[in-house]
Amino acid sequence: MSILVNHLTYKYNPGTPMESVALNDVSFEIGDGEFIGLIGHTGSGKSTLVQHLNGILKPTEGSVYYNGRDVFDGDYDLKELRSHVGLVFQYPEHQLFESDVFKDVCFGPLNLGLSKKEAELRAYKALKLVGIEDDFFYQSPFDLSGGQKRRVAIAGVLAMEPDVLVLDEPTAGLDPRGRDDLLDSLKTVQAETGCTVVLVSHSMEDVARYADRILVMNNGTIVYDDKPVSVFRHYDKLKEMGLGVPEITGAMYRLRAAGFNVSTDVITVDDAVNEIMAAMGHA
Amino acid sequence: MEIIKTENLTFDYIRRDEDGNVEGITTAVDDVSLKVKPGEFIAILGHNGSGKSTLAKHINAILFPTEGTVFVDGMNTRDDEKIWEIRSTAGMVFQNPDNQIIGQVVEEDVGFGPENMGVPTKEIWERVEESLKAVGMYEFRKKSPNRLSGGQKQRVSIAGVLAMHPKCIVLDEPTAMLDPIGRREVIRAVTALNDVEKITVILITHNMDETIGANRIIVMDKGKIAMEGTPREIFSRVEELKALRLDVPQVTNCAHELRKRGLKIPEGILTDKELVEALKHVNFG
Repeated sequence: MSILVNHLTYKYNPGTPMESVALNDVSFEIGDGEFIGLIGHTGSGKSTLVQHLNGILKPTEGSVYYNGRDVFDGDYDLKELRSHVGLVFQYPEHQLFESDVFKDVCFGPLNLGLSKKEAELRAYKALKLVGIEDDFFYQSPFDLSGGQKRRVAIAGVLAMEPDVLVLDEPTAGLDPRGRDDLLDSLKTVQAETGCTVVLVSHSMEDVARYADRILVMNNGTIVYDDKPVSVFRHYDKLKEMGLGVPEITGAMYRLRAAGFNVSTDVITVDDAVNEIMAAMGHA
Repeated sequence: MEIIKTENLTFDYIRRDEDGNVEGITTAVDDVSLKVKPGEFIAILGHNGSGKSTLAKHINAILFPTEGTVFVDGMNTRDDEKIWEIRSTAGMVFQNPDNQIIGQVVEEDVGFGPENMGVPTKEIWERVEESLKAVGMYEFRKKSPNRLSGGQKQRVSIAGVLAMHPKCIVLDEPTAMLDPIGRREVIRAVTALNDVEKITVILITHNMDETIGANRIIVMDKGKIAMEGTPREIFSRVEELKALRLDVPQVTNCAHELRKRGLKIPEGILTDKELVEALKHVNFG
């Protein structure tokens, strides 16, 4: 058990006329090594929730436990928590600042108090994991393409070797290949380091392909917490929440309504192809 | 006459070192000649760094050609005296709505553009009203933009451009930061402006499914136009698109794979409805 969120409520501006409840009695557990997709419409509370996971926001009520310890207990070292739980914000490339790529990635581990050598070793590993070639190491991060900058920024968090990696919409603005490359490298990082990944996304297609488990947020509460296939069975409810199902799942519903004997428990194109071939008698 | 015309447009980004010496030159747009007719809906696809945004910024006279010429409604963007007229003829909407909204109240934000152009007060209010109605945000006119969702904010940004009465709107990845419903709202609003108001639309996006309604898709690569055609023509070329780091809608991809596995269905299926029809035909034909 790595993270336990227990009856967490968060209010912005509590006790003022501007008070608004962003999270309302949220409870869940994240196990080691899971790949979690966190979805919900804008304003549903996703970003507020992830900022509790590494102690940026403090619950109004309830608690967050990391490996069994209450992180908002007075004597818990939040700096240490942040070395275990790495948070990649939206548009992390806006936070690049060093004169070259390699220095930028070294900044995090150096800040943790590691030796220069250890920091450089980690930076090298992290840049390799996200697929940045040596040629780019000594270039200014500002001369890279959007997708490369994004990956350098993520490497900066990876170099701190967190046990939990939380990413808030990491693929926004990337081209389709850049998106696939980034998500594939997250899957590789998870497999090679055994870390837990929490992916906040607006793309139903992406979470369907990569997540082992999906949390769906609506109006500050978690409404579904299940395997992707099971979550996407709630077609109508998800639409009401401003979300939806992957495009291909929608197509399977339409085929079924038109009389084809296909399952609607399909969330990826590969599965859809197999399912349709079987239904057409070409198994 | 074309609303947008580029003739052999080339644009170089020049990198300089601390002393101002040239370190390197990147040609972002390379000899592009493009014609857009009034009322067309054009989608521009291309990977990050392919030159889409650089091209778009020329239409709004934010950037000027290194070589070649850009005409907006017959006006050369090099003509300093026409620059404000060009910018009100071709409005631009960017990716992040939070960087584009400045007003404390929705209607005030939308009125900023026409006010800045010196439009009389009475007419500003008329324009604000019609623009907000066109994007379905009129009922929010007295709200603070901070209280809106991403899709709503982005529609306010579009209304702000509309209030300047442009003939053409260029949207640079307007849905990249939005949730699924926000995306649908924005695309619906943009499609309506094109259908009803006959405003020329140039939409840059990475979401392939948003381009299905376009009259024409232009695919950029290395600063050049790599492919051009109707959505059906473009999305029939699945392998070529993938080689350009792009993708096709999931339904199109599914149909393409089914074809590879031997089902006799046409290439370029764009919607689930078309997939159903094609498969019915296989069943009984």
